[in-house]
Amino acid sequence: MEPDSGRGRIGRGREGDTGLRGAARRLTGCVRAPGGKRTMSSITDNYPLSEKNPDRLTTPTGASWNDIDLQSVLDGTLSMSDLRIAPETLELQAQIAESAGRSQLAENLRRAAELVNVPEARILEVYQALRPGRSTPERLEQLAGELESQYQARRCARFLREAAQAYDS
Amino acid sequence: MKSKRLDLSSRRPVNQDSFIQEWPETGLILFNSPFDPKPGIRISRGRLCELDGKPEAEFDLIDRFIARYAIDLTRAEEAMALDSTEVARRLIDIGVPRQELVELFGALTPAKIVEVVNRLNTVEMMMALQKMRARRTPSNQAHVTNRKENPALLAADAAEAVERGFSELETTVGVSRYAPFNALALLIGSQTGRGTALTQCAVEEALSLKLALLGLTTYAETLSVYGTEKAFHDGDDTPWSKAFLASAYASRGIKVRFTSGTGSEALMGHAEAKSMLYLEARCLMAIKGAGSQGVQNGSISCIALPESLPGGVRGVLAENLIATLLDLELASGNDALASHSSIRKSAKLMLQFLPGTDYIFSGYSSMPKEDNLFGGGNFDAHDLDDYNVLQRDMQVDGGLRPVSDEDVLKVRRRAAQAVQAVFRQLELPPVSEAEVEAATRAESSTDMPERDVVGDLEAAGRFLEEGRSGLDVIRALAREGFDDIARKVLALQKLRLSGDHLQTSAMVLPGPKVVSAVNDPNDYRGPGTGYSLSPERRQEIASLNQALDPREIGREPSAQSGGFLRETGEAHAGTDPGEIVIALGPAFGTALRSTLLGIPHREVLQALIDGIRAEGLRPRAVKIYATSDCGFIGHRGAQLSGSGIAIGIQSKGTTIIHQRDLEPLNNLELFPQAPNLDLSSYRTIGKNAAKYAKGEPVTPVPTRIDNTARLKYIVRTTVLHLHETRQVVKDRKARELDWSPIQAAAGSGAVEKVTQA
Repeated sequence: MEPDSGRGRIGRGREGDTGLRGAARRLTGCVRAPGGKRTMSSITDNYPLSEKNPDRLTTPTGASWNDIDLQSVLDGTLSMSDLRIAPETLELQAQIAESAGRSQLAENLRRAAELVNVPEARILEVYQALRPGRSTPERLEQLAGELESQYQARRCARFLREAAQAYDS
Repeated sequence: MKSKRLDLSSRRPVNQDSFIQEWPETGLILFNSPFDPKPGIRISRGRLCELDGKPEAEFDLIDRFIARYAIDLTRAEEAMALDSTEVARRLIDIGVPRQELVELFGALTPAKIVEVVNRLNTVEMMMALQKMRARRTPSNQAHVTNRKENPALLAADAAEAVERGFSELETTVGVSRYAPFNALALLIGSQTGRGTALTQCAVEEALSLKLALLGLTTYAETLSVYGTEKAFHDGDDTPWSKAFLASAYASRGIKVRFTSGTGSEALMGHAEAKSMLYLEARCLMAIKGAGSQGVQNGSISCIALPESLPGGVRGVLAENLIATLLDLELASGNDALASHSSIRKSAKLMLQFLPGTDYIFSGYSSMPKEDNLFGGGNFDAHDLDDYNVLQRDMQVDGGLRPVSDEDVLKVRRRAAQAVQAVFRQLELPPVSEAEVEAATRAESSTDMPERDVVGDLEAAGRFLEEGRSGLDVIRALAREGFDDIARKVLALQKLRLSGDHLQTSAMVLPGPKVVSAVNDPNDYRGPGTGYSLSPERRQEIASLNQALDPREIGREPSAQSGGFLRETGEAHAGTDPGEIVIALGPAFGTALRSTLLGIPHREVLQALIDGIRAEGLRPRAVKIYATSDCGFIGHRGAQLSGSGIAIGIQSKGTTIIHQRDLEPLNNLELFPQAPNLDLSSYRTIGKNAAKYAKGEPVTPVPTRIDNTARLKYIVRTTVLHLHETRQVVKDRKARELDWSPIQAAAGSGAVEKVTQA
C-alpha cells in the first residue's frame, strides 16, 4: 500500500524540523505567547486534535478529515494510504508529548514523522537489518545514508548509526 | 503419616501450585540477588561512563541503550545522591506531586529504582501506584480467542466483551495463518454494540505490523523486551530494532505498547544471576528509552514463576509500579492463570484492582478458559459476575459493568451476523446460519459447528496476499446493511490521521473520543483528589442484574394468599392447665402470610396445633402487638397460658418455647434459624411444648447446622422483620384469635402428608 500517487502530497517538500514545526503550528493555529514561548496549555489545548481541530487534519495524500466518510469509501475514491497520519500532525503530537515532559516519546514521534513517506517494504527492510546478527556496520551505515538522502530522515539515520556503533562495540 | 484433616488440606487447590526456595545464581529470586549491582552513576563531560558500578567499556547492548536514551543526565547526579528511603517516602507523600516524581525517576539508574521500590511494603506500593499511574480513569482489556478459531464466535465474544465495558481487545492465533480472519472478526465484533474498543492480534512482529497497516487491527502490544542481552537476542530483537518498530507503527498513526515482565529471563535461562525485578527495571528503562508510550507488564505469561518464590506477588506489583514511575502507560498483567486457588488469584488481583491501572488486565479472558489461547487468563467469563460484585463491594472502577442477558444475546447475534455478511460479501468461506445461532448462545467453541479448516486457511492466505484492508471490511459491512458498524470501523481508522491515541495511556471511548494522560492526567494528591466514581458510574456498578428491590421482598403474590385469622377481643390469662398458648408476632397471618422459606403461616400454625393436639392438650392462639421480638412474644404468651407454657413465633418463622416464670430472654427451647425449620419441625415444637406442660421428659427438637443459612437469608430476614416491627403497637394488649378455618382442616390428610415428608 504505497501512498496514492494521484493525490497531491502535502507531506512532501517539508524537510527538517523547522518546516515541520511551522506546519504543525499552522495545523493548530497556535500562536506564540507575548514572551515568544508557547505555553504548555496552548499546545495541549488543541488535544485531542480529532475533537478540537479535525478540520485542520490532512493526510500525506492531501485528503482532509472531512473528505473521509462512508460515501468516499463506498465510491472507492479512498484508499488505505489516505488513512494515514501526516508528518506535521506527528510533529504536533511530539510537541504535545514534549510539553507533558515526555521527551523520549516525542523523539519517537519525530522519528515516525520522518518515516511517513518511507514505503513499508523499506521500513521492514530497515527493521530486519536492525535485528540481531543481520547486518554489518557497513550495511547499517548504507541504510542510514539512504534514509537521510532519500527521505530526509535525519533522526532515523542517526538512530541507525548509534545502533551500528553499539552493535559493533 | 497425615491426619484425615491434613490429608484433605493437602489436596486444596493452593497446594497444586508450585513453591520453591530462592536460587539467586539462576535468577530465581525477586529482589536483592547477591549478584545485583549496587546503584551508582558516573558522568564525565555529559557522557554516562559508569552505570550501576559497570564501566562503559563493559556495557552490554541494554546498558548502552539505557545510558544513551533513558536517563536524564542533567539531573542524574543530584537524583542519584538522594537517600533511597527518602525517595520512597516521597512516593507515598501526598504533598509531592506525580510530575515531580516522574522527573526524578527519569534520572535514576535501574539498580537505584529497584532499591527505592524495595523500601515500600505492599500497601505502600499500592498507594504509590494509585498516585503514579499516568491516566486518571482506569480501564480494562479483554482476551478474545477460541480453540476452533471460529470467526462468528470470535466476533460474538468481542461484541459481548465491549458491551461489558472492555476498551481494548486482544486476540491471537493457534495457527498463525488464521491471523487475518481473527483480526477481522474482532474488528467487526468490537464495533457492533454501543461501545467501542481498540483491537489487536498478537502474532510475529512483521505480520503484526502488516495487519495494523491494513487496518485489520487498531493497535499493537507484543513488542517484547528482555532484561539481558542474551534473552533479547533469543527474542530475535535488540532495543534498537524494537524502538525502530515502534516508530514504524507511529508513522502510520498506530498505537503501540511494549511487553515485558519478571521471570522471562530466568525462564529463558539467561538471567545472569540477577534478580527478576532488577532485570525488569532494565526492560522498563529500555522501553522508556525507545519512546514507547507504554508497556504491559506484571510477569504476563510467566506469572506462576515469580509466584513460586517468596515475595512474588509483591514483586509483580513492584514492576507495575516502576512502569508508572517511568511515566509509561501500564497494562498490568493478570492475563495468565496465577494460581489454582480462587483465594490466591483474587488476592493477587487486588494489588492492581484497588489502586487502579490504565488497563487492570492485559487481558481478562472474556470467554471460558478452555478457549483462551494465551494461557488461561487469571479470570475468565465465569468470573465476570464475581468481578462486577467486587467493583460494587469496593466501590472501585475496574472498567466493567453489569449487562442484561437480553443485551448480551442481542450484540452477540448481530456481531455473528455481521461477520457472516462480510464473509459473504468478500467471497470468503461461508458462515452458516447454524454458526450464527451457535455463536449467539455458545458456552465455548465446543458448541460450534466444525468449519472447513483447509478452506479457511487458504482463504485467509489469499485475503492477506491480495492486501484486503479495513476499507474492504467497511464496504462489505455497508453493502450488507450494517452501516452503523461500518461507520464506527471507519471512525476508528480515521483516528490515525490525528495520532491522538499515540499519546501516553490513550483509550478510545465511543464517539470516538480519545482519553489519555494528556487530557485525563492522574491528579491524585490524597483524599478528595484523583479519580472518583461519577454518580452515574456508581449507579451502573451498583445495578447488578441479581440485585433485588428490597421493597418487593415479602410482597410476593405467594406471601399474600388468604386471611384466616379473626380477632375476637382482648386475650386474658387462662386457667386451663391443659392449654398451650401459641403467641403470634404482630404481622403473622395478616401483614405477612408466609415465613422466610415461604411456608404459609396457615400451614405453620396448623402444624403447631397438630403437634399440641397429638399430645392431648389444647392449643390456644393469641396475637401479640406490643413487641416483634421473639423472646418477648413467647414470654407474653406464657403469661396468658393456663399451663404456663407458650410457643412464640415471629412471622419469619423463628420460634421459641417459653415458660411463665422464666426471664423474657431465657427459654425452654429456641429455634433461631428459621431456614432450618420445616413443617415437621413445627409439629415437633408443638408436641414438645405440650410435653413440657405435662411435665414429661422432652428430647429437644433436633436442629441442623447450615453455615450458609445466614448468608442466604439475612436480607430477607431483615426485611420481613422490618415489616413485622412496623405492625407493633406498643400499648395494645394481646388479642384472642379465632382460628376456626384451621380447626376445620386439622387432622386432614394434607397435613399428615406434609408432616411425614
